[in-house]
Amino acid sequence: MFFLNHIWIIPLLPALGAALMFFFGRKLSKSAVSFFCVGLVVVAFVFSCLTVLQYTGWAAAHNHQPFEKIVYTWLGSDTSNLGYLTHSGRAADFHVDAGFLLDPLSAIWLLFVTGVGMLIHIYSIGYMAHEGGYYRFFGYMNLFMFTMLTLVLGNNYVMLFVGWEGVGLCSYLLIGFYFLKKSATNAANKAFIVNRIGDAGFLLGMFTIAWYLGSFRFTQITEVARSGRLSTGDPTITLACLLLFVGACGKSAQVPLYVWLPDAMEGPTPVSALIHAATMVTAGVYMVARSNALFVLAPEAMKTVAIIGAVTAIFAASIGLVQNDIKRVLAYSTVSQLGYMFLALGVGAFAAGVFHVFTHAFFKALLFLGAGSVIHALSSEQDMRHMGALVHKIPTTFKTMLIATLAIAGIFPFAGFFSKDEILWQAWSADNGAYRALWYIGYATAFMTAFYMFRLMYLTFWSPSRVEHEVEHHIHESPKSMTIPLIVLAFFSLFAGFLGWPHSLKGSNRFEKFLEPVFAREATQFDKSGKEAQLAAAKKEEEHANPTEYFLMILSLGAAFAGWGLAKRSYGKAAEGYTEPIAATAPPAYRVLYNKWYVDEAYDYLFTGRRKLGPVRLGAMGAGEAAWAVDANFVDGGVNGAGWTTRALAKLSVWWDTWIIDGLLVNGIAYSTRPLSWLTRMIQWGLVQWYALVMVAGILGFVLYYIFR
Amino acid sequence: MSAAILTLVTFVPLAGALLMMFFPRRDELARWFALVVTLLGFVLSLHLPLHFTRAASGFQFEINIQWISSPNIHYHLGVDGISMWLVVLTTFLSPLCVLISWKSVHERVKEFFILLLILETALIGVFVSLDLFLFYFFWEASLIPMALIIGMYGHERRVYAAVKFFLFTMIGSVFMLAAIIWLYARTGSFEYTAIQRAMQSGQIGWEAALWCFLGFFLAFAVKVPIFPLHTWLPDAHFEAPTAGSVLLAGVLLKMGTYGLLRFNLGLFPEQAREHAPWIITLAIIGIIYGALVAMVQPNLKKLVAYSSVSHLGFVVLGIFSFTQAGVDGAVYQMLAHGVSTGALFMLVGILYERRHTFEISEFGGLATPMPVYATFFMIIMLSSVGLPLLNGFVGEFLVLSGAFQAKAVYGILAATGVIWSACYLLWTYQRVFFGKVNRDANAVLPDISARERIALWPTALAAVAMGVAPLLWLNAIEPAVRAVLSPLAQMAEGLVR
Repeated sequence: MFFLNHIWIIPLLPALGAALMFFFGRKLSKSAVSFFCVGLVVVAFVFSCLTVLQYTGWAAAHNHQPFEKIVYTWLGSDTSNLGYLTHSGRAADFHVDAGFLLDPLSAIWLLFVTGVGMLIHIYSIGYMAHEGGYYRFFGYMNLFMFTMLTLVLGNNYVMLFVGWEGVGLCSYLLIGFYFLKKSATNAANKAFIVNRIGDAGFLLGMFTIAWYLGSFRFTQITEVARSGRLSTGDPTITLACLLLFVGACGKSAQVPLYVWLPDAMEGPTPVSALIHAATMVTAGVYMVARSNALFVLAPEAMKTVAIIGAVTAIFAASIGLVQNDIKRVLAYSTVSQLGYMFLALGVGAFAAGVFHVFTHAFFKALLFLGAGSVIHALSSEQDMRHMGALVHKIPTTFKTMLIATLAIAGIFPFAGFFSKDEILWQAWSADNGAYRALWYIGYATAFMTAFYMFRLMYLTFWSPSRVEHEVEHHIHESPKSMTIPLIVLAFFSLFAGFLGWPHSLKGSNRFEKFLEPVFAREATQFDKSGKEAQLAAAKKEEEHANPTEYFLMILSLGAAFAGWGLAKRSYGKAAEGYTEPIAATAPPAYRVLYNKWYVDEAYDYLFTGRRKLGPVRLGAMGAGEAAWAVDANFVDGGVNGAGWTTRALAKLSVWWDTWIIDGLLVNGIAYSTRPLSWLTRMIQWGLVQWYALVMVAGILGFVLYYIFR
Repeated sequence: MSAAILTLVTFVPLAGALLMMFFPRRDELARWFALVVTLLGFVLSLHLPLHFTRAASGFQFEINIQWISSPNIHYHLGVDGISMWLVVLTTFLSPLCVLISWKSVHERVKEFFILLLILETALIGVFVSLDLFLFYFFWEASLIPMALIIGMYGHERRVYAAVKFFLFTMIGSVFMLAAIIWLYARTGSFEYTAIQRAMQSGQIGWEAALWCFLGFFLAFAVKVPIFPLHTWLPDAHFEAPTAGSVLLAGVLLKMGTYGLLRFNLGLFPEQAREHAPWIITLAIIGIIYGALVAMVQPNLKKLVAYSSVSHLGFVVLGIFSFTQAGVDGAVYQMLAHGVSTGALFMLVGILYERRHTFEISEFGGLATPMPVYATFFMIIMLSSVGLPLLNGFVGEFLVLSGAFQAKAVYGILAATGVIWSACYLLWTYQRVFFGKVNRDANAVLPDISARERIALWPTALAAVAMGVAPLLWLNAIEPAVRAVLSPLAQMAEGLVR
């Protein structure tokens, strides 16, 4: 039980590496940096393997329960005084623990995150050898491992969110790793902010669940959700699921929040492989799968997930058809494959979705690392128009990438075949064919996937060389530290699919069986519950041997080969200045696809406000400018206006005081006394002669008066 | 010790200031002495959380002596889990303010530190007073040193800003004073608990209580500041010297939110409940509006000031959500904002010392010449963005969850704040630190000095500690918040019945 009880050590191992780099990285040599950072991830991987091993033993003895380990209480909010009871009638418990949970679902993520993570760390030793900021890179990578493992191992939504935001941060830091490049830091900001939009939805979904069901903890929520006290289609649960899915759309790059992922390719290639292909972007899938007990209660939300997934799959694939940057093709391919995963989740085939996550982790990581190896060989050239004929020059890269391409194209018996086929089959058959329209979309996407992937292969490896002369001389196969991870990943791209060998091909689908304790009661029958669902699942199992399934399998293989064939015809002999077949047949369509359906431009006009729509600026910037104008002119203007009015009134009072009160009244009276005093002074002069004169005049006056009366 | 500790914590800085007045005019001596005094204050204040009974909800470390018999004024100090942390926040930030002003203040140095120490006493006094007269005394007393710090040591338009700050706050406070006097006239006491009892016994009519509520509210709303009374803040921040900004954002604004919680909720729960909707509306406007204005600010310091408007909106929202989570979060957000925005102002000040400008367009590519500085800025920025495992997240999370519980639409609107804060901070960071250095003046900027590091490390550590182990703070906050909310909860139950 040592490993299970100390499961919290797993995320802390890379955290230690990150801390070391933060404090001492500058002073460490490159080999010391690699030793600590890569070494700690290797230890984490071994630890994880042992933990999962121990878990399988433990689970067998414990009725396949999830294993939980609470380390300490992180946040607590006691609501007892509010007398708050939840919908389900149980007292709310809002204690958020730093708690860990291991069940088959997290075990799968744990294994491939640490496993693929380890390989990519090893690969990075070679890839980043000549880059500045070596310690910074590995510090961020280790920080990413820490947060991703927290995400995967958390036993409640808040812990998941901690990891969720954390991986977002690392993604931001690593996309902007070349921070001198404006495009890189733009892409980093874009990634973080678009993710934040999703995060806001996630937060709200989390709150909805918590206040409705009274807990953040997965086990408690699942227990309530499966207790039968909630009815299917419960509007609050539907809302919660939709909000959670907004979060998933952000993190896992689904329409309409996918825009950040293609730009994320500005980061170093190992980052694209680890974070933007294999692990972080699947966090949304993990979260939805983790919430499966809730989602099955919300058919409308499920439908939304399925539709968004399918739309994303074909939409991103359509853009991928014509891109020239090798990493961008892969980026759109990732978006598209993530769409597949959500399609699977949406139709209720949780295990199939997770299986595709699992296989995709290997072959997509391999594709990115292979692309990195190509870029490395070509002195940082990423434009496929300047590649070609590399097949013999970098043979290991070529061979491993070919395996990955076959896997993603869905060609038997490579890993992608099994997972993609399972998804398509489920889309066809789920809910008695209610989703069949989505199958067509998925099927068309499968064809497009094969086409753009082989387009990439032909343009890179098989077509005549269009490599610039200067670069041609330096082409070299990558060092061992880079090729060995490629080989290991190739091995898994070939064989990982066997874990999910379907019943229809006389397999046992061990993968699905392993996940059964997590998804058991859901299967695909989300509108039924309990026994009925189990019966239906059993019936479906029989249906699996349905001739339709074989037919569909052959059809999708046909699509894959058709895509391959078309790519070979179009690009097999692509010499300098070759033309794109789509550009030749339908130039407007090509322009739209090449410009990515102008979505970025539209967003810039409408949402960010980076571009002006005529004279007006809309979006966030527009709102900001408007708010500032209001603030400066209106709100503060009011304040200053009040100040001005006060001062004007004060001036008026001063004037009044000076001229009326003091002037007219006070001084006026004072001044008026002077002339008045003249009058009185006239009789009070003190000059005796004057008195005599006045007296004489007076007497004279009186005399005259009396005489002439 | 326990009875005298609050008096000590409150008046040690003032004693230091008085002593300093008799000092010879030697700048270095003033600096060191101020540092020692503020550090002593911090160490003394640590006594509070270390000896605080966490589970208890009432006031602790109380001291109650009659000061003036007529009117009946008491020297009554005491802290609960809310005010205790605000005291510690004040004493924590003060030594950092001294450090950050070490070089940037070079004229009338002694006076500056005297003002700073007087300000510290006034701020602590506000949080520990349990007598309304005393509270008002400290409240107004804080105004004078702050206005002088802005007016004497600020930038170009410092007098305008100082006057604006002073008048704004004064006008608000007058109404509070009226309310306090009125309450005294009716209850015969300035004591918080006595007035609270009187309110609960229904001694004051509803209408009259409402007027008192509004009087207090206006004073606090100016201080917080709540939209649309916020425009003094960007000016005051912009003009204030760094230490002034740190204390202004870190502590002074919290006087407002603390007042809302202690008085508006504590004394007038019914009125608060009645009037919560429009106050929350203003808070949410503040959250979004502050962020939007921050986003387009060409000026770094005003940007941080407007971000305060946004962050303080969260605090007000949390307080008036009347949920345990919401108010817990509000208090936590006060502390977190104090640490991270205080640090942001220090960082901005450090830049100003080197380049004498706050214009974002003057910078660019600073990560190259100043990597350590850039790292600190990144950590603090992320804590301000509300990244989990840093302090900002805890408060924001709890506030949002409480607001959501109170009314879903509050939570939904406020949650957009999560997006906005990322927008303006990341974009700012990009413009200041990323890219190539495009100005010669920036290419040779020295990275932060040892002294600046010493000032910044505590904030970074606090940001991480408060994010990783929030319960260390929350378990003292929770009982106090529960005590504040219990009349409201009873009312809610009454409504249900």
